[in-house]
Amino acid sequence: MPDATGLELLAQELGDAHEGSVQDTLFFRDRGTIVVDAAHVRAALAFLRDKGYRFLASVHGVDHYPEEPRMGVCYELLDMERLDRLTVKLRVPTDAARVESVTPDWPTADYQEREIYDMFGVVFYGHPDLRRILMPEDYEGHPQRRDFPVGGEPVLFTFSDAQGADYTAWGDEEQT
Amino acid sequence: MSSVSEYRKQEESVTMAPLHEQVASQVEEVGERSEELLTLNMGPHHPATHGVLRLLISLDGEVVRDIKPIVGYVHTGIEKTAEDKSYWKAIPVVERMDYLAYYFNAQAFCGATEALLGLEVPRRAQYLRVIHLELNRIMSHLVWLGTSALDLGAMSMFWYGFREKETVLDLFEMSSGQRMHTRYFQVGGVIEDIPSGFEQKVRDFCALMPTRVDQYSDLLARNEIVLRRLRHVCPLDAETLLSLGVTGPLLRAAGNAWDLRKAMPYSCYDEFDFAIAVGTEGDNYDRFAVRLVEIKESVKIIEQALDGLPEGAWMTPDRKVALPPRHELATSMEAVIHQFKLVTEGFRVPPGEVYFPIESPRGELGCYVRSDGSSKPARVHMRDPSFVNLQAFAAMCKDAYIADLIATLAMLDPILGGIDR
Repeated sequence: MPDATGLELLAQELGDAHEGSVQDTLFFRDRGTIVVDAAHVRAALAFLRDKGYRFLASVHGVDHYPEEPRMGVCYELLDMERLDRLTVKLRVPTDAARVESVTPDWPTADYQEREIYDMFGVVFYGHPDLRRILMPEDYEGHPQRRDFPVGGEPVLFTFSDAQGADYTAWGDEEQT
Repeated sequence: MSSVSEYRKQEESVTMAPLHEQVASQVEEVGERSEELLTLNMGPHHPATHGVLRLLISLDGEVVRDIKPIVGYVHTGIEKTAEDKSYWKAIPVVERMDYLAYYFNAQAFCGATEALLGLEVPRRAQYLRVIHLELNRIMSHLVWLGTSALDLGAMSMFWYGFREKETVLDLFEMSSGQRMHTRYFQVGGVIEDIPSGFEQKVRDFCALMPTRVDQYSDLLARNEIVLRRLRHVCPLDAETLLSLGVTGPLLRAAGNAWDLRKAMPYSCYDEFDFAIAVGTEGDNYDRFAVRLVEIKESVKIIEQALDGLPEGAWMTPDRKVALPPRHELATSMEAVIHQFKLVTEGFRVPPGEVYFPIESPRGELGCYVRSDGSSKPARVHMRDPSFVNLQAFAAMCKDAYIADLIATLAMLDPILGGIDR
């Protein structure tokens, strides 16, 4: 893990290289996080890759409801040589949840960005194949959002379809 | 039009159209006989897919040109469910993600929660965790070995593998009362000390297992059919694997000795002496051989952990997190209050976000937990190795025969419960 000073230095360098890219740094439980501006994420990750963080371990989405901006995307970077981890984080509002895809640089982000799109509705522009991955393609809504209700999912059956069943997210019940 | 048939139509939109055109134009250029790519659907109900995995395969004769895996058939919304439960009640839910590595899921989640709490886990609990994690790794690899050998046509291996797997499950049953999804790991330690007689049973198992691995090796690694189906089949170099995010035995088979247990030790893995198996070529045989050696190394770790098992508490003494012992409830009012608070509300976790990675049998299993200060996690995400590793499947199988695709899928060892969560 970079120590708190190392994290600040790294964030400083990143901020100098890409004007306005660094918004904040967090150091929590010996883990460093750089909060970057959503518009600069691809450049920032490319910069950090040149700094040795060559492995993108994970990409995941977070919903900060009710805080604004709500949607968060975290990139867990790993430097396999210096045994160092770093989290890069960004926040976007729900009504403009658009982030540049990093899949062209890091092929591993492909499925994970699709999952975030599926679950949170964050659109990754520049992604080669942005479709839902876990939910059915005709599913309405983004179920991992905090204001998405739990329960009441109807089961898809061909037989019930012949009976004219409704398979929207709300089932046969009246839409509230 | 009804919504299901619309759904079917949309599913059909997942096509290989650009690739078909590309090949067609190439064929035209060369002026050879006009051939079309055949799109073959495999799964979701296919025994060799090791779960409900669906593959859309573009075939050029018998040669695989492209694969599109389609997942999500067993998506059960575990991450969403976990947000609705207090931390200690979320453990059995996350255990069900990768259903062959339940101790690992629990360790990743408990580890993340402990990091958020800043909680120290007693050393005996750490050792007990390591013993169970490594037993689980052996169990997971045995299931992989049995089912993979079955895919290659070696049926007897399946029974031998499951014979030892049952022995491990008996051990789990002895220590926790459950064979699968044991809920043995708790935030702050383990639920109970190991019963008397458990250590001897584990030692018996450890004494037996290396010879069993040798027997499996004799059975398979000297078999002409197995060798022909594994050697030099579908190799992928470490650089490509890393760019695709692949970790675990698949990466080690390609020669990169990356193992989180060694590289960035968590729990108490730095106190054990074990080797990391690496391959040279990164083909299916290396993937097979690396896992066999890993079973032996796990046995070594378990033996060392049993030898050095420290005395003391197996659960943190912090009563804000751990349930009070049963006998205290009859005598202590504080214990009753703590018990009531924990069972009804659960413990509160300071706000923050933590990513806690561990080495599961399939690679880096990272648990991301965000706390908003309440007693329920605001977000639980598992970076499941099966999900990420599956992306390498198309790269591995490109221009290989469709029969080798089955062998490669077996060696990839995806667990669909972990992919779909």
